[in-house]
Amino acid sequence: MKISAIVNQFKANFMEDGNGSLAAASPQTSDRLVLKEHILEIVSDSGEGAQKAGQSFGAVSAKMGNGVWTVEIIPADIQPPPRTKESASGIRIRFGSEKITNAGDEADVLVAFNEIVPYTRIEQNVYREGTIVLIENKWATDESRDIRQSYATAIEDFKSRGFVVYEIPMEEECLRLTPNPKKGKNMWVLGMLSHIYDRDLDKAAAQIEYTFRSKSKAVVDSNLQLLQAGYDWARENLSLRYRIPSIEASQELVVMNGNEALSFGIQAAGIELCSMYPITPATSTSHHLAECIQSSGGIIHQAEDEIAAVGFAIGASYAGKTSVTITSGPGLALKTEFLGLAVMAEVPLVVIDVQRGGPSTGLPTKVEQSDLLAVLYGQPGDSPKVVLAPSTIEECFHFVILARKIAESFRMPVILLSDANLATGVQPFPRPELREEWLSPPVDQSPWKEGVTAYDWDEKTGLSQRPVPGQAGGEYTLTGLAHSSAAKVTYLPEINQKTAALRSRKLATFGRTLKPPRIHGDEEGRLLIVGWGSTRGAIEEAVDRAREQGGRVSSLHLRFLSPMEPGLKDIFRRFDKVMTIEINYSDSPDDPMITPENRRYAQLAWLLRAQTLVDVDCFSNVHGQPLRPGKIFARIQKELNQ
Amino acid sequence: MFGIKQDFICELPKKYYTLSNYEKGVARWCPGCGDHAVLSAVQRLCREEQLPPEKTVFVSGIGCSSRFPHYMNTYGFHGLHGRAFPVACGVKFRRPDLNVFVITGDGDCCSIGAGAWIHAIRYNMNITTILFDNQIYGMTKKQTSPTSRIGTVSNTHPTGSVLPPVNPLQTSLGMANASFVAQTADWVPGHLFATLKAGYEHPGFAFIKVIMRCSKFMGPLVEEMTTNRDAVSILTHENGIQPDEGTLRAFKNHRAHDPSDINAARELAEDKEVSYLGLFFQDKEAMRYDLYGAHNLGFSPEEKISAVNAQLDKYAV
Repeated sequence: MKISAIVNQFKANFMEDGNGSLAAASPQTSDRLVLKEHILEIVSDSGEGAQKAGQSFGAVSAKMGNGVWTVEIIPADIQPPPRTKESASGIRIRFGSEKITNAGDEADVLVAFNEIVPYTRIEQNVYREGTIVLIENKWATDESRDIRQSYATAIEDFKSRGFVVYEIPMEEECLRLTPNPKKGKNMWVLGMLSHIYDRDLDKAAAQIEYTFRSKSKAVVDSNLQLLQAGYDWARENLSLRYRIPSIEASQELVVMNGNEALSFGIQAAGIELCSMYPITPATSTSHHLAECIQSSGGIIHQAEDEIAAVGFAIGASYAGKTSVTITSGPGLALKTEFLGLAVMAEVPLVVIDVQRGGPSTGLPTKVEQSDLLAVLYGQPGDSPKVVLAPSTIEECFHFVILARKIAESFRMPVILLSDANLATGVQPFPRPELREEWLSPPVDQSPWKEGVTAYDWDEKTGLSQRPVPGQAGGEYTLTGLAHSSAAKVTYLPEINQKTAALRSRKLATFGRTLKPPRIHGDEEGRLLIVGWGSTRGAIEEAVDRAREQGGRVSSLHLRFLSPMEPGLKDIFRRFDKVMTIEINYSDSPDDPMITPENRRYAQLAWLLRAQTLVDVDCFSNVHGQPLRPGKIFARIQKELNQ
Repeated sequence: MFGIKQDFICELPKKYYTLSNYEKGVARWCPGCGDHAVLSAVQRLCREEQLPPEKTVFVSGIGCSSRFPHYMNTYGFHGLHGRAFPVACGVKFRRPDLNVFVITGDGDCCSIGAGAWIHAIRYNMNITTILFDNQIYGMTKKQTSPTSRIGTVSNTHPTGSVLPPVNPLQTSLGMANASFVAQTADWVPGHLFATLKAGYEHPGFAFIKVIMRCSKFMGPLVEEMTTNRDAVSILTHENGIQPDEGTLRAFKNHRAHDPSDINAARELAEDKEVSYLGLFFQDKEAMRYDLYGAHNLGFSPEEKISAVNAQLDKYAV
């Protein structure tokens, strides 16, 4: 990335030895404690920019060759009152020498802009004895006695919890450079952390430039000054010095969150229309698309509602180019009727559902994997469709390309289930080499073959070719009513039975192309964990940990939920016990009123039980939090010790 | 070929479409239903405009009138109740070469599809919309419609409906970016055809409300509408719809109305005593969202790939 003149200016102003890099101004790195990985959280009041600082820190770390996973801590309200638990806004960055696949367990370092906001996270048990707390100390001398008291109490409480507290004069230091430290304190913190973790300050400066690219030069300059000031302050005043060696990347990487990866996937698939209605946590994909898609020959349509959004996409798909609509649970519910139409009338369509907590409005910003059964069975009538779930941010990219191809080849809607964890998690992955074959083909306008009907189903596979408006001789009226191969409305019993079977057969045909899932760990053992979606990294990390201790546990992760990857029953038979781990609701066997007969299982567990007749157990919760490897590990240990 | 010189061969037009090129099947509407008249008029319009059937799409929702696309030998989309507009707009957005029509009924448009309807007006895509307004739900056997007059006896209001009806003209004229609002009636064939033609030729979203007869469920109303010619007035203006002489002779009441005058149009739409047939409002300059949608068509694979690569550069480590 190009570093502009202003950075050079700073080099001239601040550099001690002038040998070309701002980071060279840092003292001897050999004093530093070398770590394999660290988990850092920055928490502030909403609007103080903790997320921006953390995103920049994560991006810089990735650019330096560290494995990184970042996840945002998002307040549910737009403008919660400051200095409240509700106001906590922030970010978690887990970074290390090796690839990081999930947000991890308890944090090693917390940067807090006040003493209240950490309590949101304390309630979620994300800190431990020994967690280092770097806290803004201006509250100690606040004019309000209550605030002074609150601060003092909290600091004592932190210490009693075993946290190692450093009180940092953030505002005081920022005031030397800016009259309004509320804006900019985050960049000072970024500078401080850059010194603590020996980050490349050139890269941090470049990141700031990019983040503030739409702002004036004065704003960029001010932030760069604060960055440098934070860095210098830490060098002179803090003994915390860590080093997390990076592994030289053998291939070029890109770093982004799952929603951005979806946006890239949409464009790399040659999809020319995204029709959407704003909904958290899917919307940031649309933001990215809105910024980019016109440059790659596409366009985004913000519809008047969720129903119109999918209808518009279906209209465009019908007219030739497979389109995408993107939503989350409540929007998915509204799109249900149109999804049924796309199945019935065999219109290719890509639907992306970035799942959040439900039911109803639920937990808008929090993670859940609760839409699986809704997408499969939400439409009245039999409604077979392909359902995919990316399990990494990289897969968010590639699965859109795959989804478009499946939608067109099999003439049906394909639903992609992402979730809030993938949406906001940021992770580097190998830069995709874009290929022409990924792009959708031009709209076929050649005359339609004589004697071929609009639904000329192949009896064996259920597949048929689709006439597109503009193809002379292919004229037909698409209908959601039961119809014959000539698209004629018919209610004849045999035809309805046969066409339902043909639509279902497409799934079986597609299923024949899938391979059995890869098992993480041994091919047999005492316990098999089955997961899907964003939990893969945490599950595999926990399984690895248990295996290191001799546990006979393996895991497998399903990417295809409909049709399912084959061979599951054979795999399950090789383990004493099979258990899904999911972020959705299930009754716990020891809950009141719950018996083995009436227990309601987690969503994938339901499906696996039905599909394989194996007594699949489940471990799930709806905490709205990404599943932690430590929690999963503990559960695995419990199962293995039984 | 065979030594015959090219200039001996008569030049015939590439293809001339006749009415039969647009006809498909036998319409299953009740005898005396106004839908038959609109179907004939639309087929005539297609022939007169020589619309290639493969480049023409009729999109409908659900209801008696929404069966319409099945009787046209063009492309058709008989979708969901109330959702013809988003589908039609999606069809048109990236396919400026297609002639798109929306066929909708009073329940489909003004009740379940009202949200989509008003936004379709605002999008102002080059789409011709024909609202078949018979003031009753016919297909599901006589339930109150949003446009039913107060007191309409139906299976959902056996003692008469109680709510004032939606006025589709008033609603259309009240919506931002409205560009063509007209009214005609199914039993005035000359006026019906002239209105459809003006709507088709309008560069934007043409909203045409057709007052329809439902002979099955609304007999007395049909009787009143078709016999009381004093309750009908023909709008006349050089920029308006130019009906045939027969229509002008048959309907004695005429009213001069300049279709650029939206305030006058709204007053006419409010008139409860008289149904005006003609062009209420037209603005050929209104913003067209379909032009926006199609502004960047036809990128080559190389252009697409290089654009995405340029974006990826910003995310490169």
